[in-house]
Amino acid sequence: MATDTARKPDATRPAAPAPVGRRAKNPLGVFGALSHVALLVWAILIVGPIVWTFLSSFKTNTEIFGDAITLPATFGWDAWGRAWEKAHIGQYMLNTVFVVACSTAGTMLLGSMAAYVLARYTFPGNRLVYFLFVSGMTFPVFLALVPLFFVVKNLGLIDTHLGLILVYIAYSLPFTVFFLSAFFKTLPTSVAEAAMMDGCSHTRTFFQVMMPMAKPGLISITIFNILGQWNQYLLPIVLLSGNVEDKWVITQGVANISTSAGYEADWPGLFAALSMAIIPVMIIYIIFQRQIQSGLTSGAVK
Amino acid sequence: MRQGKYPFIVGFLAAPVLLYVVFVISPYIQAFYISMTNWKGISANPQFIGLENFTRLFDDEVFWAAVRHHGVLLLVMPLVTIVIALFFAFLLNLSGGQRGGRMTGIWGSKVYRVIFFLPQVLAVAIVGVLFQAIYRPDGTGVINGLLGKVGVGPVGWLIDPDIALLSIIAVMVWQAVGFYVVLFSAGMSSIPKDVFEAAALDGAGRFTLFFRITIPLLWDTMQVAWVYLGIAAFDAFALVQVLSVDRGGPDNSTTVLPMEIWRTAFNFSKFGYASAMGVALFFMTITFAALTLRVTRRERIEF
Repeated sequence: MATDTARKPDATRPAAPAPVGRRAKNPLGVFGALSHVALLVWAILIVGPIVWTFLSSFKTNTEIFGDAITLPATFGWDAWGRAWEKAHIGQYMLNTVFVVACSTAGTMLLGSMAAYVLARYTFPGNRLVYFLFVSGMTFPVFLALVPLFFVVKNLGLIDTHLGLILVYIAYSLPFTVFFLSAFFKTLPTSVAEAAMMDGCSHTRTFFQVMMPMAKPGLISITIFNILGQWNQYLLPIVLLSGNVEDKWVITQGVANISTSAGYEADWPGLFAALSMAIIPVMIIYIIFQRQIQSGLTSGAVK
Repeated sequence: MRQGKYPFIVGFLAAPVLLYVVFVISPYIQAFYISMTNWKGISANPQFIGLENFTRLFDDEVFWAAVRHHGVLLLVMPLVTIVIALFFAFLLNLSGGQRGGRMTGIWGSKVYRVIFFLPQVLAVAIVGVLFQAIYRPDGTGVINGLLGKVGVGPVGWLIDPDIALLSIIAVMVWQAVGFYVVLFSAGMSSIPKDVFEAAALDGAGRFTLFFRITIPLLWDTMQVAWVYLGIAAFDAFALVQVLSVDRGGPDNSTTVLPMEIWRTAFNFSKFGYASAMGVALFFMTITFAALTLRVTRRERIEF
């Protein structure tokens, strides 16, 4: 490994004659080697636990309660079947896909509508509405928890997917509006003006002219919302109680298996459930990693 | 501007504003009022009791334990995360020397970046369940299994009150580092390359480049990171709820305010008291953010 880095030109002494004993004369070789060790160790720390979880899903209960650092004796998919069927991971997964699909679509539609109007139209109260939205980013959600529960309950939406979807949308709006209104402001006004000249209505201008132009911003923030809502744990455990286990989302379901599991429990099943919760996210991450990284960090580097 | 502007504005704003006011603004406002009532149980009739809940908070040991834990989280978690992330971001972006006039990262930096960021896309609750198995107190846990191989006795990562909180902080760092590596990388790539060139020509080594050039020019990004991590230090709910023994245990040694708010409200049905904790949490978060922005303010460097 040291030779890999030593091959690169030395930044600090460009004019130095070619070193003879590279390792001895060039302290950066050692530095490079140490850097690689540090990076490699951290990479193993990240990947290790996840790989171990996959492997554990193929073990038997006895193997799991033996030495942790062994491979499973046989690779069978029994535990995966049990987790999917008996532990209802399949059901939880479908619920989550349904809820997140609806709430992300809703967030994007309502968020971009509000952001567009706030960014491109002057009217009395514009700043007030904008700051109302943006202030939502500074409040900890735990402050609202008790009243939120009762608001949802009084609307008859407790223990329903609709309630969860509406709450997800409402709590995703501050950041979405904040981000997208900044984005709409950067778009040129001339195209929209031309469309309006040609008799295009405000609504049509928004959907057919502005939305396509805002695509890069919309994609980043969509990814941000999908991940945030997919990984949400607090709101589901408050809004979907134990009475409606068939409506639970994946994080809730997996956490519940682990807390209710005693020593009698189906541990390989738990690991299979964990793997099933991790794998789809991981595949999507690997495919879209560039967009996801920029989508998630875009909020911070504005 | 032209006809139909106001109907259009109202039409576009009505639904989002309504939803937002009903589910976000109104609960926040109600929370301040509820915190001054003795509301207990679902059907009971709450009465206004002024600041009594807050005076009770002052004598509540669990509350102070939670506040202390936020203090520890706030000191340790952001610092460790930022140091590790800065180090890796530097290695990945700037330590490979110059090639074609550009500062380059170390060999394999793209792969490392993808791997490091991975925990960020996993749900905190899922990560919590994962680390329960990693931290198991006997040889069946991954860490103790490995320690056993080198002859070190098992450590009760989560059941020893002295280290339980640190074990949880380690998981937070594990998950957060990748995000800040990417964030700092973006910051580093926006530093003009001639700054590094000039420094390198003047004979600056890697350590000088890191401490004298990179860190000062990255100050803004680091400040953002500090605020983000600080706000995360006031949360920690999902991890404590899923990972810790007895949800905040052993002996309240890992509990945090969000955990206590949730428990007080939904296990004990003391809604007034829970809201008072919420208000306390709110003021702590706001104070932290305001203080950070004030204390760390420096003259902005424009490129």
